[in-house]
Amino acid sequence: MATPVQTTNEPAISAEHLLRRFGNFTAVNDVSFRVEKGEIFGFLGPNGSGKTTVIKMLTGLLPLSGGSARVEGLDVGTESEAVREQIGYMSQNFSLYYDLTVMENLRFYGRIYGLEPARLKQRIKEIIELNGLAPYLNRLAAQLSGGWKQRLALGCAMLHQPKLLFLDEPTAGIDPVARRQLWDLLFELSGHGITFFVTTHYMDEAERCSHVAYIYYGKLIADGTPDSLRQLPDVQPAGTMRVEITAPEVTRALRLARHIPGIRSATIFGQSIHALVDESFDMESLRHQLGNHGIAVTEIRPLAPSLEDVFVELTYKHQALLEAASD
Amino acid sequence: MTNIFRGFAAVFYKEVLHVRRDAATLFFSLIIPLLQMTVLGFAIDTNIRQVHTVVYNADGRQESRELLDRLKNSDTFHIIRYVENDKDLNDAIISGRARVGVKIPVDYSDRLLHQMSAQVLVLIDGSDSSVAGQAINVTTAIGLDESLRRVLQDRSAAFPVDMRPKILFNPDSRSPNFFLPGLTAVLLLNVTTFLTAFSIVREKERGTLEQLFVTPVRPMGLLFGKLLPYLGIGFFELCMILAFMRFVFLVPIHGNVLLLALFSLPYLFVSLSIGILVSSKATTQSEAMQLSFLTFLPSIFFSGYIFPRETMPWIFYWLSNFIPATYFINITRGIILRGAGIQHLWFDALALTAMGTFLLVVAARRFHNKVIMA
Repeated sequence: MATPVQTTNEPAISAEHLLRRFGNFTAVNDVSFRVEKGEIFGFLGPNGSGKTTVIKMLTGLLPLSGGSARVEGLDVGTESEAVREQIGYMSQNFSLYYDLTVMENLRFYGRIYGLEPARLKQRIKEIIELNGLAPYLNRLAAQLSGGWKQRLALGCAMLHQPKLLFLDEPTAGIDPVARRQLWDLLFELSGHGITFFVTTHYMDEAERCSHVAYIYYGKLIADGTPDSLRQLPDVQPAGTMRVEITAPEVTRALRLARHIPGIRSATIFGQSIHALVDESFDMESLRHQLGNHGIAVTEIRPLAPSLEDVFVELTYKHQALLEAASD
Repeated sequence: MTNIFRGFAAVFYKEVLHVRRDAATLFFSLIIPLLQMTVLGFAIDTNIRQVHTVVYNADGRQESRELLDRLKNSDTFHIIRYVENDKDLNDAIISGRARVGVKIPVDYSDRLLHQMSAQVLVLIDGSDSSVAGQAINVTTAIGLDESLRRVLQDRSAAFPVDMRPKILFNPDSRSPNFFLPGLTAVLLLNVTTFLTAFSIVREKERGTLEQLFVTPVRPMGLLFGKLLPYLGIGFFELCMILAFMRFVFLVPIHGNVLLLALFSLPYLFVSLSIGILVSSKATTQSEAMQLSFLTFLPSIFFSGYIFPRETMPWIFYWLSNFIPATYFINITRGIILRGAGIQHLWFDALALTAMGTFLLVVAARRFHNKVIMA
């Protein structure tokens, strides 16, 4: 990307009290957030929690039932056509025309944005270079592997040099190499000032984002940098700590550990247990108690909460609040 | 911001690429109507001829044989069998081997000789009303004619009142002449509605439609970009069908074929708009197929293509005013068979244009509300 994006003080996205109802169902409930220019904003949440609805509202596909949103300084409700000039969108199923070739797909999307022939040619050349599509130009899109489809889709979404790109689960069903390459590309582009709004289910991808938000059944329950979220009091309550307990027979160890006082919650992570314990918890007693059941603990070490821990804790807390409210 | 057709050229070009790439679909959508036309053109004959007839001639003398000859010569009846008793006569009809049974009583000739009224029993299988109707008409006419000649004594005398029916436009009552112009309307509907509906629903299934909506393409640019290639295909199809009708089935075109081409445009426009309407409802190609069929049925049954509109119950007659094929069939039959001109058919063309405009506006709105904002 040769052209640097102009910077103003406007954030790339500012959403204020977004509300979307479908009949009696509130899909998006009072969601507010800001995405600064050049950020990689990770938008997470379970399926059906409103991620795609928020994207549709921000891209002008869905009218707001309430609240307001500005994208690149433009109102999504009243200036939606101008908004569309500024944004690119890649949906989770790579919206390509499978019966057209790579080149034809690129040309079509370029023309749709009204690029002049000379500029279109130039941009296609740049995109081919950036995404390494050169060997496949005359191949039908249907014949590309998942990773290449995704690169082509990204290329199509970028032809008109958008300042903000929405990527809806860009890595679903993509092999790990392609996944890493995509993220390398995103970092490179974000270095040029392009803003990314990325939804994902992968926690390791969330960790790579400069800013993450978590939506849970229409409510935004977390919003911040990954590090600031890890330090939230709800995630790491005062007087507690997180430890990683490595032991053989980890499943049986987990069952036993859950009955040991002082362990607030525990879950298996690969060959070890991640546990939230009281600060006063006696590690030696744990080692001893598990030893009594024939499980020799190999290691216990303190652990920073992962983003997954963060979202799990926040979800529990949110559910508890909802239950308290309904009682 | 101002160009409501923004994106038209890009969509049009892309649609042409789709059509070119999927040559098989194009081929079949063009060839199948011609096959249908061939089958229907050869198979359908609405003139009732050579109805299988069984005869029980209990009399058997000269007078009775003369009567049977007259029945045979009418071309309506084909005597397949002579039987010797009432039971066989009945069985032949019940079993379906014959549709008409004629019984001439044993005293037929005697009664005629004694100037008394002679009765002939004609049994008619009513399970096909048009065959039954024709059988009644022809036997009644022959009976009446025979009676009159006997009453008047003089076999060569002219009747006091002589009705001379003259069939205009299709003097031989050739069925292809009647059927094929109407069939043109039905076949065109087929191609255009299907192709448009499919081209949009395919994009829905693929997710590319959603992608288009986040680009600055405007709904009208998208719809027209999709409509026009199929309008072209539909028009080409019309030319093929007309050529086929003219040169294979030898249906003469009495009117101006250019006028027919011109007036087919609003009709194509209507059926393409129906295609868009279908696609705004359907989410899968099979759903689009079913919905398209649903729109065909009224066009086939209530448009006057098969059944004359005048004989329909008032509600269906009223409904047929809202069926585009009704007007186009009037246009095709008018121009092809009756040599009608613009002064006779302007209303039909106007009605189609109005329908097309209305449907496109409805389709575009529906498209906007149900598809884009969904």
